[in-house]
Amino acid sequence: MTALLRLEDVACIRGDRLLFVRLSLTLERGAALWLRGPNGAGKSSLIRLAAGLLRPAAGTVERRERIALIDEATALDAELPLRRALDFWARIDTVDGHAVDRAMDDMALAPLAEVPVSMLSTGQRKRAAMARVIASGAPIWLLDEPANGMDDAAQARLVAGIAKHRANGGAVLLASHFALGVPDLAELDMGALA
Amino acid sequence: MTALIALFWRDLRRAWGSGALWLPVLFFLLVATAFPFAVGPDAPLLRRAGGGMVWVAALLSALLPIDRLVKPDKDAGVLDQLAVRGFADELIAAVKIVAHAIGFGLPLLIALLPASALLAQDSARVETLATGIAIAIPALASLALLSAALTANLKGGSAIGGLLILPLAVPMLIFGAGMLDPSGRGAVKLLAAVSLLLTVIGPFAAGAALRGLRE
Repeated sequence: MTALLRLEDVACIRGDRLLFVRLSLTLERGAALWLRGPNGAGKSSLIRLAAGLLRPAAGTVERRERIALIDEATALDAELPLRRALDFWARIDTVDGHAVDRAMDDMALAPLAEVPVSMLSTGQRKRAAMARVIASGAPIWLLDEPANGMDDAAQARLVAGIAKHRANGGAVLLASHFALGVPDLAELDMGALA
Repeated sequence: MTALIALFWRDLRRAWGSGALWLPVLFFLLVATAFPFAVGPDAPLLRRAGGGMVWVAALLSALLPIDRLVKPDKDAGVLDQLAVRGFADELIAAVKIVAHAIGFGLPLLIALLPASALLAQDSARVETLATGIAIAIPALASLALLSAALTANLKGGSAIGGLLILPLAVPMLIFGAGMLDPSGRGAVKLLAAVSLLLTVIGPFAAGAALRGLRE
């Protein structure tokens, strides 16, 4: 087993609050870990640490592979049709248009391809962000509340997408304040760390 | 490389597509139009003072687009997504500076022609003005992006951004307008030197500011 993502003895300080110390976790190929806990427990901060967007106050973060991230911002240009907004990230990730087609099918976005991103609903935007993650082809997925605003059908597609990614040897770090019903899921209760 | 080109086109498309591009150009022309009304239609006086006025207008119009250079990308999470993909902040800053220099500089140079006509500049002076402003554009773009990155976390950042730019841009104003003086033959070299310095510093300083936005 090879670890795609490893955090060792990580501590995180936001403002003057200590969120957690001595936190270690390892994500191997095919693994998924659910960060659970109440608001403010440090789930998003841990995701940003893992993504390299925050520096840990102590400890080391090691990433072996490319990363795809979902956070509260969609990062899709609001004025563009959805398809073109996703195509931009496909060019950045140097993947071809078929990857975008498949990802849009996975999240049932094909009918929305020509709709400007600004016209999409909250749940549709989350699905679009998920399609961006799927299309990127990155082995490590960092998903911060990916199901916010999603209806049941979309959540089922999200869970299926995660399962497919793991079957292909990818790893998922999932932060969510509610259970998504992902099978075979390790848990880390951030509320218990404080 | 493909990714950088995609990034460049995105910035250019957003600059030209949103109509925001016309704001600085319009402002530039507005100043050139208003100036003769203020000082009177005296052609020799306009010719003498107009060149400097063009420089002031160019500088001030460079301050206008500051609030749309970095803050929208930061709020939309685009900068985070690029950082996650391992792009160096300096590289992102450099691409944005190039896109802004072209997106803002080209229309400004085109608008220079009607502005010069309004200010009674003859063809030799228009040539000098165009040369000077073309030399200054990369530095103006660098400064604009730097202050945009520094103020992206602040409310009302664009006003402060203007204050940040102005002192750094004053040497360009002096040497640029100095090129119009018959005795100012060295001015173009000094202008080029200042512009080069600011252009080289720009990506590194703006990159550091972009990094600071994440903390």
